[in-house]
Amino acid sequence: MPTNRDVAILGAGMHPWGKWGRNFVEYGVVAAQAALADAGLSWADVEYVSGADTIRNGYPGFIAGATFAQALGWKGNRVSSCYAACASGAHAVNAARAQILAGFCEVALVVGADTTPKGFFAPVGGERRDDPDWLRFHLLGATNPTYFALYARRRMEQYGATAADFARVKVKNARHGLANPNARYRKEVTVEEVLASPVVADPLHLLEICATSDGAAALVLTSMGFAERHGIDRPARVSAVSTVTPTFPNSVIEMPNFATDSGAAVATPERTFRDSIAAAALEEAGIGPEDLDVAEVYDLSSALELDWYENIGLCKEGEAERLLNDGDTTIGGRIPVNPSGGLACFGEAIPAQAIAQVCELTWQVRGQAAGRQVEGARVGLSINQGLFGHGSSVIVTR
Amino acid sequence: MPQTKERVPAVEGWFTTGDSPALLGTRCTTCGTYFFPREESLCRNPDCDGRDLEAVELSRRGRLWSFTDNRYQPPAPYVSPDPFVPYAIAAVELAEEHLVVLGQLVPGTDTAALRAGQEVELVVGPLYEDDDHEYVVWKWQPV
Repeated sequence: MPTNRDVAILGAGMHPWGKWGRNFVEYGVVAAQAALADAGLSWADVEYVSGADTIRNGYPGFIAGATFAQALGWKGNRVSSCYAACASGAHAVNAARAQILAGFCEVALVVGADTTPKGFFAPVGGERRDDPDWLRFHLLGATNPTYFALYARRRMEQYGATAADFARVKVKNARHGLANPNARYRKEVTVEEVLASPVVADPLHLLEICATSDGAAALVLTSMGFAERHGIDRPARVSAVSTVTPTFPNSVIEMPNFATDSGAAVATPERTFRDSIAAAALEEAGIGPEDLDVAEVYDLSSALELDWYENIGLCKEGEAERLLNDGDTTIGGRIPVNPSGGLACFGEAIPAQAIAQVCELTWQVRGQAAGRQVEGARVGLSINQGLFGHGSSVIVTR
Repeated sequence: MPQTKERVPAVEGWFTTGDSPALLGTRCTTCGTYFFPREESLCRNPDCDGRDLEAVELSRRGRLWSFTDNRYQPPAPYVSPDPFVPYAIAAVELAEEHLVVLGQLVPGTDTAALRAGQEVELVVGPLYEDDDHEYVVWKWQPV
């Protein structure tokens, strides 16, 4: 299964998620140093720095690669910074991977970190009447949970999903994250407690919508040759990265848009955008969804996790509730999903989140995910989607 | 002396405000793809070279694809009445245009009474006001 385009993951590190209120650069440095220590390498060994941008922390956030290189100490590194909304982390992984596979470098550091404001994410400041993200708040008051709730209600209308089904996703993830030292929320909840929390956007309750968090995640990626020369026999590997856009016409309403593409002239593609994100990663790795041992999916809401089961191909459309309720996606089940606890336990630190998913998969395939280990995990997939058409899926193998 | 405030669209050129209000989109004269909000320079169908996009009014009626509500006040630039009043939001499927478009539902719409597939019609209603103007926006009203 390993392809000849694998890169090795020698180090994974995080700064715990929370609401710490400090500068994002501090968190990024902590995560980077943890990843380097995990790899048994030092900053001196790093040739390339790939930063995932935060847009809520001024200029240093837009040039994350250089920001972290400066904080760790200028030493003439090549750097890049990329922004792909929630998918930024996977895009930063992909930039580093491409540099390694092209032979431009052997050791790359990928870092994403964020400090977030309290409450709903709002658009970036200023009056921008040609920016759909500004206009969706101004004209509709459509927050991120508005879109999550539209998808959740759609599942209820289309497949008969219930509020209790959605609540059970939260219950599962809360239990998974209990032992995760990097998780922000480590507390069990019951279905009753979830359903008793205030409704934010019908049918979703407060405890079903992911919070905004501070946090950082980092990876040390190297060529397979470098890993071998350093005596790492069987490293975790990045075996595929999918960063696809939608295919026209994208028929599912997506943040921050007012409307879908029109399918009046061109038939809707067989795969929805979210289906195509997973398919591209699986195809690149040369495997199918049945080969997966573990998955980290972007549960911005409890209900959205169920959509991802189907998008990945873990079950057929409309069967995600059954998969969940049968315990298949719980640790110990057939295909555990979000053993880290997911966004339900972390909240979202945008540029760090997709990298954090890969950190978790790395620890899972190494058998180091203490208290939440998926037994015998060898192949994991992370998946996520960024605003404005950014796919994000990484396959980690060992 | 109380004066009637001037009613103006909250956004220019997105919808009409007459007796039969409608969303304003464009349609590619080459392939027939619709766009909302208006696309005016280049057809976004990757297999079409169309550059002639004509202004069109979109269907005034559609069917609910999904719906939700805002129980908490959205952040600025949403301009909220004080105190905030929860309201519903719909995603509406337009058959002829083969697209789904968002909009607030008219005030007082209870999501518990809604079902996917239900027919809704476009109306224009108040969004917010300042000293001189009442700003209006399109809204969906169950038929």
